[in-house]
Amino acid sequence: MQKLTSAARHALTQAGFSRRALLKGTGALVVTFSAARLAEALGAEPFPQGQFGTQSARVGAQLDSWIAIGADGSVTAYTGKCELGQGMFTVQMQLIAEELSVPLSRVKLIQCDTSVTPDQGTTSGSQSTPTNFNERNLAQAGATAREALLQLASERLGVPVDRLAALDGVISVKGEAARRVSYGELIGGKKFNLALSSTAKRKPASEWTVLGKPIPRVDMPAMATGQFEFVHNVRVPGMLHGRVVRPPAVGATLVSADEGSVRGLPGFVKLVVKKDFVGVVCEKTWQAIQAAQQLKATWTPGVGLPANDDFHAFMRRQPSRDALLVNSKDVDQQLARAASVVKATYLHPYQMHGSMGSSCAVADVRSDRATIWSPTQSAYPVRSGAAMILGFAPENVRVVFVRGSGCYGINGADTVSFDAAVLSQAVGKPVRVQLSRKDEMAWENYGLAFVIDQRIGVDANGTILAWDYEAWSPTRGGRPGYDRPGNVVTGLLLGYEPQPFAPRTPAPDPGGAFNNNSNAGPSYVTGCVGGQCRGAGTVKSERVLSHTVASPFFTGPLRSPSRLQNTFAHECMMDEVAAHVRADPVAYRVRHLSDARLKDVVTRAGAAAQWDPRPSPRPSLQTTGLARGRGIACVAYEGDNGYSAMVADVEVDQATGAVTLKRLVIAQDCGPISNPDGMKNQIEGGALQGMSRALGEEVTWDDQKVTSVDWRTYHSLPLGFAVPEIESVLINRTGVEATGSGETAITIAAAALGNAIFDATGARVRQVPFTPARVKAALDARG
Amino acid sequence: MAAITLSVNGRPHNVEVDPATPLLYVLSDDLALNGPKFGCGLGQCGACTVIVRGRAVRSCVTPVSTINGADVTTLEGLGRVDRPHPIQQAFIDEQAAQCGFCLNGVILTAKAFLDQNPKPSDAQIAQSLATTLCRCFTHTRMLRAIKRYAGRA
Repeated sequence: MQKLTSAARHALTQAGFSRRALLKGTGALVVTFSAARLAEALGAEPFPQGQFGTQSARVGAQLDSWIAIGADGSVTAYTGKCELGQGMFTVQMQLIAEELSVPLSRVKLIQCDTSVTPDQGTTSGSQSTPTNFNERNLAQAGATAREALLQLASERLGVPVDRLAALDGVISVKGEAARRVSYGELIGGKKFNLALSSTAKRKPASEWTVLGKPIPRVDMPAMATGQFEFVHNVRVPGMLHGRVVRPPAVGATLVSADEGSVRGLPGFVKLVVKKDFVGVVCEKTWQAIQAAQQLKATWTPGVGLPANDDFHAFMRRQPSRDALLVNSKDVDQQLARAASVVKATYLHPYQMHGSMGSSCAVADVRSDRATIWSPTQSAYPVRSGAAMILGFAPENVRVVFVRGSGCYGINGADTVSFDAAVLSQAVGKPVRVQLSRKDEMAWENYGLAFVIDQRIGVDANGTILAWDYEAWSPTRGGRPGYDRPGNVVTGLLLGYEPQPFAPRTPAPDPGGAFNNNSNAGPSYVTGCVGGQCRGAGTVKSERVLSHTVASPFFTGPLRSPSRLQNTFAHECMMDEVAAHVRADPVAYRVRHLSDARLKDVVTRAGAAAQWDPRPSPRPSLQTTGLARGRGIACVAYEGDNGYSAMVADVEVDQATGAVTLKRLVIAQDCGPISNPDGMKNQIEGGALQGMSRALGEEVTWDDQKVTSVDWRTYHSLPLGFAVPEIESVLINRTGVEATGSGETAITIAAAALGNAIFDATGARVRQVPFTPARVKAALDARG
Repeated sequence: MAAITLSVNGRPHNVEVDPATPLLYVLSDDLALNGPKFGCGLGQCGACTVIVRGRAVRSCVTPVSTINGADVTTLEGLGRVDRPHPIQQAFIDEQAAQCGFCLNGVILTAKAFLDQNPKPSDAQIAQSLATTLCRCFTHTRMLRAIKRYAGRA
C-alpha cells in the first residue's frame, strides 16, 4: 500500500505536485482508498477555482460539482456525505461504479472537503442514502454523466445512442466491439459543463452488478492493520499540542487564570484565555495534559442544577414551548366513552454519544486563512462557525473532514474543531487538540431526556378507539449549524449565546401536513391533518402534544433523536394494551396498522423468530428463578424513512433483576438495498447499541456538575458481555425510494426488550435504563 | 528527562522524554504510529493497547520508564495491508468493524489472550474482553472473527 506521512504529503504539495498527479496510476482498492484520503489532505484543486475558491454557493446544480473524468479514464466523485463508520464511503463508490459502468477500482471518491465537495449540510439523520441514492444529487449526477458520455460517443462514432453499450469505462457499438471509445478519450481531463439532468435515467436495480452487492468495506484492511489515518493521526509539520480547561461546574465563569502556575513547565508555549475559554498549548501531548492539570484557574460557582432524581417531574413544572403534531379534537370524549382506558408514564434519561475516542481536531490558522482537519459531520457549517470565531470570511477557512471515532450524532467533533482553531490562532502555528475523556463526556450535547404520558382507550371488542400522547423534553439548541457556535461548549465559553428558548402555550393547531419526523406520533394512529391522513395506523381519535423545556445541559441529535425515546414509549404502551385485552402482540399490532410495509416487517420478524401467537405475559408464569420471554416492537422511522421490527428473546434472573439477551431477530425494509452486508452491519450494531442504552446508559449529575464522566460512571456494554445471536431479515424492495438504515434497529431495541421482560415475568419496566435495581423493583411490585 | 530505549515492532528507538510519560504518547507523538489510540486515558476502554512481553498492556496508563528496554508490538507490527496477520485477516474476512477506532484494542487484546490460551471457551473469551469497548457495537462480528482466528469458527 502506498503510504505517505503527513510530512511527505506536505512536501509533495510544496513541490507543486497536484492532487491529480498523485492520484494517477492507482489500481487496487486499498490504494484507491488511500489515494482518496490523500487527496483530502492535500490542497485539492480539480477545478480552476483553486484551493480556496468560493465553493459554498455550489450546492450541486452542475454535473462538474459531482463527477470528473480523468485523462486515464478514472472517475472522481465528490460527495458531501461522509464516512462515519456506517459504510457510506464504500457504498457511494459502488453507486458511481454502477451508474458509470466502471470497475470499482477506477472510482475515486472525495468526501466532505469545503474546498472541493458540494455543500450537503450535515451527514446525519439517516439522510445520506435518501439524499444520494435516489433520483437526485450524487446518483442523478452519475446518471447524467453516463447519459452525457453516451451522447458524446454517439457523436464520435456516428451511431445512435440506443446502439451503444457502456462497459468498464468504454463505450462500444453493440455487436461491433471494435468500434469503441473510452471515457478518457471522450472527455478525460475536461469539464462536462452540464447541469444535472432531471430526466437522465438511472440503471434499474435489476441490472445492478456492483450496487446492491455485499462489497467489502474498502477501508477495512487499513483499519485492521493500524495503517488507517484517523483525524487523531493527522500530523502537520510544526504542529503543537493543545489542551482545553473547562469550567468545574455548569454555568461557572472564569475569574482568573494564573499563567505563572504553568509558565515554567517543560514544553510550555502559551496560556490562551478568551472570556471563559481557557486552553494551554505545549510542544507535546503529555506536556499539555500536565499543564492543563496544573493550571491554577479560579471560577465562580456554577448556576446549580435541578435534582437528578427529580428531573422528570422538574420538566413538567417548567415553562414550555408546546406543539401539536396531530389533534382530532375528540380524544377526551372518546376516552370517556371507551370500555376501558390504559394509562402509563414512560421515562427516558439523558444519554450521551460517548465516542470511543475522545474528539480531536487539528487546525492551522494563519494570518488570513485557516485549515481545519475535523471529524465533524458538518464540514460547511463548521467552516462558517469557525470563521465567525476567527473573524475570517468563510471562504478563507477550509474544513477537511478526516474520520474520527464513531460519533452517532453530535459528539465533541464540532466543539474540538473550534478549540483547535482558537488555540492555533493564538499561537500562529498548527495545533492538535484532543479532549480528555471527562471533557468529552461532561460537556457534549446529550441526547434528550423524556417523560411521556399516554392514555389509550379501547372498545368492548378490544379495538383501540383513541390514543393520547403528551410529552416533555429539554432542549438547549442543537447543532451549531452555520451561525450558532454557542450551541456547543466552546462557542458558549467564547461568549456566543445558544439558540434562545421561547416558551409558547398553548400549542397552535397542527398546520401543514402530518410529518412524523420525530416519531412523536405512534405508528397506530391515522395522522389526519388538514384532511389528509399520512399516519401508518387506523386509530382515528388522536392527539400528540409535545412540551419542550429549557435544558441545563447542551443537547443535540443522538442516534435516533427523540424517535428512540418516543418509540420506546409507544411500543411498550401498545404491548400494555395488547396484554390488557389479552391479545397476541404481533397480531394486535397488525390489526391496528394500515401501512403495508410496516405490517410486512412485523409479520416477517415474527415468522423468522418462530413467534408463538399468544398474549403476554407467558402462561404458567413463575415468580422466582430464571424466566424466559419474548417481545416485539416496530417503527416506521421518521414516518417513512425505513421500516423495522425486532423480536427480542430474554432471560430475567428474578432474584437479582439482571437481564440477559438471548436472541434478536430484526426484519427491515429500506427500499432497494445498496449493500446488504453494510445494512446488516448497521442493523447488528444499532440493535446492540440500543440494548446498551436500554440496559445501562444514563447521564448523571450532582447539584453542580455532570458526574458520568468515564466508563466507570457511564455504562457501555463491553465486548465481553453475554452477546446474543442476531438474525437480520433483509427485505430488498425495489421500485421505491432508498431510505436510511442506520437508526432503525436502535429505535426499537428498548421497547422490544421491555416487552420481553414483561412477557417473561409479568413486570413492566417503564424507565430506561433497565438496571437490575429497576427491574427488581418492578418484579417486587407485581404483588 | 531520561533516555529511554524501546524496541517497537522489531525496530530499536531511543527517545529523550519525561520518564513518567505514558507509553501511548511516545508511540503516537515521538514514533508517529497510528495503531495505538487515545480513547480514555484511564485504562478503561482498550483503544491504546499494545503487546509487551506477550501481554496486552494499556499504554495510556503505562509510564514509558517501566517499558525501558522491552519489545513493544503495535497493531501495525502484526501485519500489513498486503500481508495481514491471520487475526487481522479474520477481522477483514468478517467485516468486523464500523468506525474502526476500537479495532486496535480488540485485536491486540484478543491476540495476547489467544496466544496464552489457544483453546478457550466462549466464557473465557468473554472474560478476556470484559473491559474492552466498541461503541459501534460490532460485537457479534468481532467475536466471530476472534473465534475464526482461534480455529473454532
